[in-house]
Amino acid sequence: MVELTLPKNSKINPGKTWDRPEGASNLKEFKIYRWNPDDGKNPQVDTYYVDLDNCGPMILDGLIQIKSEIDPTLTFRRSCREGICGSCSMNIDGTNTLACIKGMDEIKGAVKVYPLPHLSVVKDLVPDLNNFYAQHRSIEPWLQTTTAAPEDEWRQGPEDRKKLDGLYECILCACCSTSCPSYWWNEDRYLGPAILLQSYRWLVDSRDEATGERLDNLEDPFRLYRCHTIMNCSKACPKGLNPAKAIAEIKKLMVERRF
Amino acid sequence: MVDRPLSPHLQIYTPMLTMMVSIVHRVTGAALYLGTLLLCWWLIAAATGPEYFTYVQDFMSSLLGRLILFAYTWALLHHMLGGLRHLFWDTGRGFELVTAELTARWTIIGSVATTVVVWVAGYWMMGVLS
Repeated sequence: MVELTLPKNSKINPGKTWDRPEGASNLKEFKIYRWNPDDGKNPQVDTYYVDLDNCGPMILDGLIQIKSEIDPTLTFRRSCREGICGSCSMNIDGTNTLACIKGMDEIKGAVKVYPLPHLSVVKDLVPDLNNFYAQHRSIEPWLQTTTAAPEDEWRQGPEDRKKLDGLYECILCACCSTSCPSYWWNEDRYLGPAILLQSYRWLVDSRDEATGERLDNLEDPFRLYRCHTIMNCSKACPKGLNPAKAIAEIKKLMVERRF
Repeated sequence: MVDRPLSPHLQIYTPMLTMMVSIVHRVTGAALYLGTLLLCWWLIAAATGPEYFTYVQDFMSSLLGRLILFAYTWALLHHMLGGLRHLFWDTGRGFELVTAELTARWTIIGSVATTVVVWVAGYWMMGVLS
């Protein structure tokens, strides 16, 4: 449902400004969303200063620096630190992206960091992605066949394999889905760009034999058709993929199968 | 149960041109309902009789009336161009980020330009400009 303002318990208060590191001259200001489930307070935005001379070049390096040297209670997800695991997705400087591949030098002034938008917050920059994963499960993201399995393997020619380029690279970081206003208002019924891109990845796979059933499952006013081509998804994708285009291709398949 | 907050969304997301054109498309679409009511009012007035028609006609010719009609013209043309953009998208084309940005610009510039053209042509046909 469209609700433009935040609920009462989610309103953001001004937070604490932490001490600047001693003797540092090259400082970068970080304004970071904080929420602690244990203190009963509303979310707040804390201010930190990171010594750039003593820190890696990426936003994630800055967050790790803060956690290890200033405030160990700062909570965020991270793992691979090279843009392949999708853990450190968050809202940085007003757009969703991966903290590990966003450079500090890309941002003028203070770095504003929030959790992915319009999700339930677990703690600080960690949002609850259970619904997102359940939606992924609902599209049955695996190869489905009816013919007998071949002796060796399911073969695919180079041309058919090419159709998966721009789709298989998705790391399910949820940057696109949580950038989409349609997903914000209807996340319970609309599958969102990431899951629809994953759907299309199986729909165009030449080896998959469940195309009809997959399309039946998507033929729904909400699951697929809540996409209004706002384009936030494609703009946000840190891997440079184009979920909006994949959704348009699904809509085309829906029309084409009627003829 | 912990009362978990909802992370901020509209409050923090950077407004982008494509996003703005999308919301304007929605707003103009809704505004066209009111425009259609206006058109119905005018037609009903014409069917009611000369006296009432003159009354409505006078309102439409007033400064406020003209402003409303001008905005209606723009809403109609903006929504039409936006609709054409959506038809283009429906063919699976125009999804590259630069193209989407470009067509968003064209929609804005085109709607303003065609609105001005329609009004200049209208005044010209009324003989005001010659």
